[in-house]
Amino acid sequence: MTTQDPYASSRETTEGRVYSVTGNDWDSLVTEIGATKEERVVVNMGPQHPSTHGVLRLILELEGETVTEARAGIGYLHTGIEKNAEYRTWTQGVTFVTRMDYLAPIFNETAYCLGVEKLLGVTDQIPERASVIRVLMMEFTRISSHMVALGTGALELGALTPMLFAFREREKVLDIMEMVSGLRMNMAYVRPGGVSQDIPAGGITKIRETVKELRHNFKDNAKILIGNTIWMKRTVGVGYLDLPGCITLGITGPILRATGLPWDLRKSEPYCGYENYDFDVITNDGCDTYGRFMIKMQELEQSLRIIEQCCDKLDKLEGAPVVIEDKKIGSPADLKVGADGMGNSQEHIAHIMGQSMEALIHHFKISTEGFRVPAGQVYSTVESPRGETGVHLISDCGTHPYRVHFREPSFNNLQSLSAMCEGSMIADVVAAVASIDPVMGGVDR
Amino acid sequence: MSEDHGAFGVKGTGDTSGFGGLVRTSHSADSTPRPYGGYFDEIADELERAYPQFSEDIERVVVDRGELTLHVKADRLSHVAQVLRDNPALRFEMCMGVNGAHYPNDKDRELHCVYPLLSLTFNRRIRLEVSVPDSHPHVPSLVEIWAGNNWHERETFDMFGVVFDGHPGLTRILMPDDWIGHPQRKDYPLGGIPVEYKGATVPPPSERRSYQ
Repeated sequence: MTTQDPYASSRETTEGRVYSVTGNDWDSLVTEIGATKEERVVVNMGPQHPSTHGVLRLILELEGETVTEARAGIGYLHTGIEKNAEYRTWTQGVTFVTRMDYLAPIFNETAYCLGVEKLLGVTDQIPERASVIRVLMMEFTRISSHMVALGTGALELGALTPMLFAFREREKVLDIMEMVSGLRMNMAYVRPGGVSQDIPAGGITKIRETVKELRHNFKDNAKILIGNTIWMKRTVGVGYLDLPGCITLGITGPILRATGLPWDLRKSEPYCGYENYDFDVITNDGCDTYGRFMIKMQELEQSLRIIEQCCDKLDKLEGAPVVIEDKKIGSPADLKVGADGMGNSQEHIAHIMGQSMEALIHHFKISTEGFRVPAGQVYSTVESPRGETGVHLISDCGTHPYRVHFREPSFNNLQSLSAMCEGSMIADVVAAVASIDPVMGGVDR
Repeated sequence: MSEDHGAFGVKGTGDTSGFGGLVRTSHSADSTPRPYGGYFDEIADELERAYPQFSEDIERVVVDRGELTLHVKADRLSHVAQVLRDNPALRFEMCMGVNGAHYPNDKDRELHCVYPLLSLTFNRRIRLEVSVPDSHPHVPSLVEIWAGNNWHERETFDMFGVVFDGHPGLTRILMPDDWIGHPQRKDYPLGGIPVEYKGATVPPPSERRSYQ
């Protein structure tokens, strides 16, 4: 191997010899490394690697194929969302936070909005129909997020078919998202005070049909993986993390429930009226990758159960408002789909342009400056597909947040990588990372 | 409140209507008198019993919007945290991380650190808050007590410059290792950073063109 080759080069550094690997050069690399006396190899996996679940950099110290130390390098997707949110109004903040964990946008929005509503002291004024729609959208988001976790998780372990099946189902869920909110991802649909628009006419019927299809297809999907010899060998006992480990590392979500603890914020601290729904908290005693995948698979059915109950509730609440009555808070959230896309409703425009000068002034002030939120701080939580999404909001009585901080479950859970991987084979690192299911948009924010 | 610069041309409060007369109050509240309500009294009683220096080391107890905040003296934080985790009547097994906040006008208490705690046993939440001066931003690390605080403390150091004494490896986590400044501080501008890509430099959005 020559040192001039920019694609498969090696060079001496103070830490030892460094090899750059780009693929298709394994033979020359193995020959060269084999010639050295060094047993210990440090491998840099990522940040651009197909099986690290996004721009995640893993620094693995290896002895042979055994991982002796595993560290994660993050920050490649840092976008300064928390800083940006301080320069926009409370309502505009939704558009930022939805882009954090991009596989679970509705959870970020809901956690943020519940926090803003708590600061405003209007939690009990949120219309019931809005809460039911939030629950419906959150559970659909949970399905679409779990579909990516299961599909790409299997893909990273070499199984292509489950990925295709999972993304086929996800597509149906995204169609529902599009029908309800107008967008498939990053919807900014949940707003302080309610949701941006009501479910369109005939929407509930379409949702019921989709639930039926999904339930049928989930059974088929499960058959591909559960009991499959290769799948079982790659996941059972891999990425072990028990309850004390989870607790000291602050791990929540499927990883915690895979240790047998039925901890789910939907049950322990119900929000958006989750106490009125009938569903089970899924647990598993495996503490391993297989257990976490099983939990995700079984949670799909629980989400479908909740969605069906939402549909029944929505039928009863037909025509009820979806935004808070207080126009100062509600009006930036109250949108309608017109001929030229989503915007303020025609009645609202007619009112401010033709009937009331005061309404026009208020509209202008609320659109440009925003509404004020009383000073104080709150911490609001929701159970996202990956665990506890906590939002710490500080207001200084301004129209912008003073500080927005997201306690992202992906960020926190990724710390468990070292505990799960050290001492295992390098191939199991991929399985463990897939079971943590980190979304780098949420990790780096 | 210091003026915000570089936010895509936005100066001052961002109030473009001119009608607001926006007055920003600094965030500080007095101690809440007892009873606190709910399980908060029980927690305060237990902590007073288990931690005899309660009255000296816990500066304020604030109950606001159904949430309890204990304002702890920064140098006593780890002692209070240890009791909160280990006392059988308190059992705050989980710490959901740490979040910083910068109050430039709060003299000698410019930097705050906020720790949301969760008890799985009793399904309770409280919050610890410490404040340190910008000139000496040292807070004891809680990684020994809750290992999961490791990355959260690194993030708070990265974003605010709070130094967590006793942290096993306090380095930047989200920003590049050689970054200068702590972006979440209020005196740090939004934008204003030129972007280098393949040798060429694109100026920051605030300097690209002017419509004024």
